[in-house]
Amino acid sequence: MHHPSNDDERIDRRHALECMIWAGTGVLWTVSSGVPVSLGLLGEANAAETATGFTFLQISDSHIGFDKAANPHAIDTLKEAIAKVRALPEKPSFMIHTGDITHLSTAAQFDTAAQIIGGARFDVHYVPGEHDIIDENNGRAYLDRYGAGTKGAGWYSFDQNGVHFIGLVNVVNLKAGGLGNLGADQLAWLADDLKAVSASTPIVVFAHIPLWAIYPEWGWGTDDAAQALALLKRFGSVTVLNGHIHQIMQKVEGNVTFHTALSTAFPQPAPGTAPSPGPMTVPAGQLRSLLGITQIAVKRGKEELAIIDSTLSGT
Amino acid sequence: MIRINLSPRWLASALVCLGIIVMAQAPLGAADTARVKIDNFTFAPKVLTVKAGTTVTFENDDDIPHVVVANDGSFRSKALDTGDSYVFTFTKSGDFPYFCALHPHMQGTITVTP
Repeated sequence: MHHPSNDDERIDRRHALECMIWAGTGVLWTVSSGVPVSLGLLGEANAAETATGFTFLQISDSHIGFDKAANPHAIDTLKEAIAKVRALPEKPSFMIHTGDITHLSTAAQFDTAAQIIGGARFDVHYVPGEHDIIDENNGRAYLDRYGAGTKGAGWYSFDQNGVHFIGLVNVVNLKAGGLGNLGADQLAWLADDLKAVSASTPIVVFAHIPLWAIYPEWGWGTDDAAQALALLKRFGSVTVLNGHIHQIMQKVEGNVTFHTALSTAFPQPAPGTAPSPGPMTVPAGQLRSLLGITQIAVKRGKEELAIIDSTLSGT
Repeated sequence: MIRINLSPRWLASALVCLGIIVMAQAPLGAADTARVKIDNFTFAPKVLTVKAGTTVTFENDDDIPHVVVANDGSFRSKALDTGDSYVFTFTKSGDFPYFCALHPHMQGTITVTP
């Protein structure tokens, strides 16, 4: 886990960000324009953050169709995650799914995922993972379901309560030896999309593969992310939400907060701790402490934003 | 004085080596076929040299699907789930670098000799 490195430095208004980690239950972030705000337990955070703003939910890497040793019941754990969403005391405004909805892009897997996720009765904004574009037509199956109103391989933006949301696709046209890839067309679209957005507008970017280099040896990064981030430099608050690595990681760089979500299907090893990034089999009793959902609270008036991860086994 | 340590571990690895030698020799005599195993997000062997006309089988032993695709686009598998294979016959000589379309840090080369 990374903590901001400026703990001992004078905290200026732009860098007032703290990360607090509670063992076993998840991570809570607060961003504020003054002194870092300490939020307590999950319940307290909910009460504090949703009073005047809104929350949304991130789920990721549901891998419907996966049935190997690391979790033979990925359908059940997605159902548990959705039950957890439905039980939240504060109803989120919508959900985002940061990809790998399915394991093999089959129609049946997409159907099952849609049925379970639909049970939460929220609008869901999707971006594809690499597992969602391996149908015989190289991504047609995903676009037929979720491509309406999107550009290119499925990228788009929308606004909610004064926050500008951008869904990016970095899993298509990957190059030999490379990492995730946005491509020139998408970057040109992003530059154009941001033209009309004021610098004071909070930005939330979501994409499957992390937009920062977590561990290139395992492909955990995006080759042309720097170009996208350069376009986002002038904004005062940028939050980047990713999946793909099935574990919580975070980094803060200037005004940009990067965060990766847990999977609802199976955990993957920490960078470099295993021969490969493949599914990690843990004792059955531990599995649900490594799967989970992410709740993001936006409180406009006070420029606060909180990212709260909670596991399927958490209270 | 040379000491030979015949520990169970040594014996086991010796037996595995023998097995590999036997397995490696069989296809040579049998037919123009060769195999690339996909395991732990790597292609093995990373460089495989075959004669023109050889049919190469790519077999996925990982718990995650992979897609074998030539850098020059000359061949491309479907998504290979665990245990699935892709077969391609190399007719032209030359080096054919390939990678996994899903995990492009995975790379290999088929070298085809006349």
